[in-house]
Amino acid sequence: MANSSPTRLPLGLRALTLGFLAVWLIAAAFPFVWTVWGSFKVEADFFSRQSFWNAIEGVRTQMQTGGAFTGAGYEGAWIKNEFWRAAVNTLIVTISVTAISLTLGTMGGYALARSGQRYAFWILIAALVFRAMPHITLVSGYLLPFFQLNIWGYLPTTIIVLVAINQPFTLWMLHSFFLSIPKDLDESAMVDGCTRFQAFRMVIIPVMWPGVITTGLFSFLLGYNDFAVTSMLLRQENQTMIPKIGSFLGSIQNEGNIMFAVAAVVSATVPLFLLVLFFQRQIVSGLTAGAVKG
Amino acid sequence: MPHRTFFAFMAPSILAMILFITLPILSVIVQSFYQGHEAVVVTVENCTPFGCESQTKVDTEAMAKLQAEAPMGQFAGWANYTNRNHLATAELAQIWAEGGDMLAKVMNLPFYKALAFTLTYCFLVTPLAMALGFAISLAINTLPSVLKGPAIFFSILPMIITPLVGSLIVAWMFNPQGIVGASLQSLTGDPTLSLRASAPLTWVVLLGYGIWTNAPFSFVVFYAGLQSVPQDTIESARIDGASRWEIVRFVIIPHLMPLATFVALVQLMDNFRVFEPVVGFSAEANATSLSWLVFNDLVSADSQQFGSAGATSVLTIVGVLILLAPVLVRTWRDFNRKAV
Repeated sequence: MANSSPTRLPLGLRALTLGFLAVWLIAAAFPFVWTVWGSFKVEADFFSRQSFWNAIEGVRTQMQTGGAFTGAGYEGAWIKNEFWRAAVNTLIVTISVTAISLTLGTMGGYALARSGQRYAFWILIAALVFRAMPHITLVSGYLLPFFQLNIWGYLPTTIIVLVAINQPFTLWMLHSFFLSIPKDLDESAMVDGCTRFQAFRMVIIPVMWPGVITTGLFSFLLGYNDFAVTSMLLRQENQTMIPKIGSFLGSIQNEGNIMFAVAAVVSATVPLFLLVLFFQRQIVSGLTAGAVKG
Repeated sequence: MPHRTFFAFMAPSILAMILFITLPILSVIVQSFYQGHEAVVVTVENCTPFGCESQTKVDTEAMAKLQAEAPMGQFAGWANYTNRNHLATAELAQIWAEGGDMLAKVMNLPFYKALAFTLTYCFLVTPLAMALGFAISLAINTLPSVLKGPAIFFSILPMIITPLVGSLIVAWMFNPQGIVGASLQSLTGDPTLSLRASAPLTWVVLLGYGIWTNAPFSFVVFYAGLQSVPQDTIESARIDGASRWEIVRFVIIPHLMPLATFVALVQLMDNFRVFEPVVGFSAEANATSLSWLVFNDLVSADSQQFGSAGATSVLTIVGVLILLAPVLVRTWRDFNRKAV
């Protein structure tokens, strides 16, 4: 039924489709809407013992703060619990991970796409197996050596580890992207006297940006969304946002300040919203490229 | 491309993967055969004017020395694998001999409890999420193009969201004082119903969360696949009298089959390492996963159990390899056929 115009659907089927879609879209979006709304209320409203209407009307929020909305959760998370520090760390980690992954990945992916050798195939298969390794099993291998070498707990260590974990995926994705760039392009440059590296730098790099941007989005997401690696490899004062939220759960929930965690969760979601808003097309095409060519 | 140039380009990637993926796997394997040092106990005589009494205490100095000499602990052989927290061979034998409610007893062993949930999650969430994703892609494809953009935007949110954050958001709604949790209690008329109290509810909610967060990926891939279904085939099927359902069943689904294999493979790999939802939902009393077991061994800073974490990790890696085996065998055959 691809591209069939909506008018051709019989009425009953059309109603069914729209109804199903409405249910799905509510299921997909409502949790976010609800949590963003609730993050501006006090705990007695968002986790109301009486009725969830309290969270909508904000009865307790009115009583405790005098307004229907309060920024107390955000103030507590960002200022009192220094969530801003975690946000800065996240910025450092994600930008570095993305930049380094792409640098290594474009070179590797290009070589894999242009080499017809047997070992290139085996490297791709090994990468596939590595891609399937649960991250936490690798983490349990890092800890002892990192303690011994005294490099545990620092941001650069975590950045390199995330780059390495991300590398199999980056290689696969850029490999299939470079396959779509015609071989003739760089080969004619080499006929004209360029070395392989010059051809890569002057002919391939200018045309590779669409693929690199798409791959970069996924590297960014990996660094941003990671919990297993960052929560185990960073010390308290170096934590990024996601493990910081994790540690909120341990300490804050008991003290009745769960709204700090709610505010932090909403804050960590905002960049992802913006990412989807601006890069929806690239994300969709990236997922598909992996599927069609991989 | 000459070998030299190839490896010059590949070197940084290969180095990173060897250092931080291959070596850690080896290190985990070695680790899994060691266990922590036994406490060195010394007996001290405490003499007071009223008499002497001997006291036993842990000799911290000797412990620190031992730790510095052999940071990995002492060699344990297969002990880490066979003890109660892992394969529990002795316990299994006993359960077998005793008979009775064997399943419940086996599910009390931490490793089997985690394995059961991981496999259930992996093999239920993957097909159900794919089916849901396929349905969404068919539905969105019938929308007028103005509405497609926003519909796609909201549909991919559950996939893009950080797993820990997503599971927290859903978990808070299912909290007995959250909107869904409270509604469930009043709907069923059971004021004690909560995730913490009910294991079946925990499983259902975690699986539901898994489908919610996995469906968008299938949706996006299938939606793109739908755009490339040849119109001629659909047209001729229609002329031959195929119904809408028959067109979906005999034209669209076969066209999407290669994509479906790809999606299934990626989703199985990702779902096998399910971990954040267990943390986000604080579900460890009712549902744990293999990755969570490893995390749990490592998370307390002063009593990390490297041997135990290593053994679970190795067993998990074996699981991943079993899962991947069909794919690897097929790729290997394809490759050999191509080479011949």
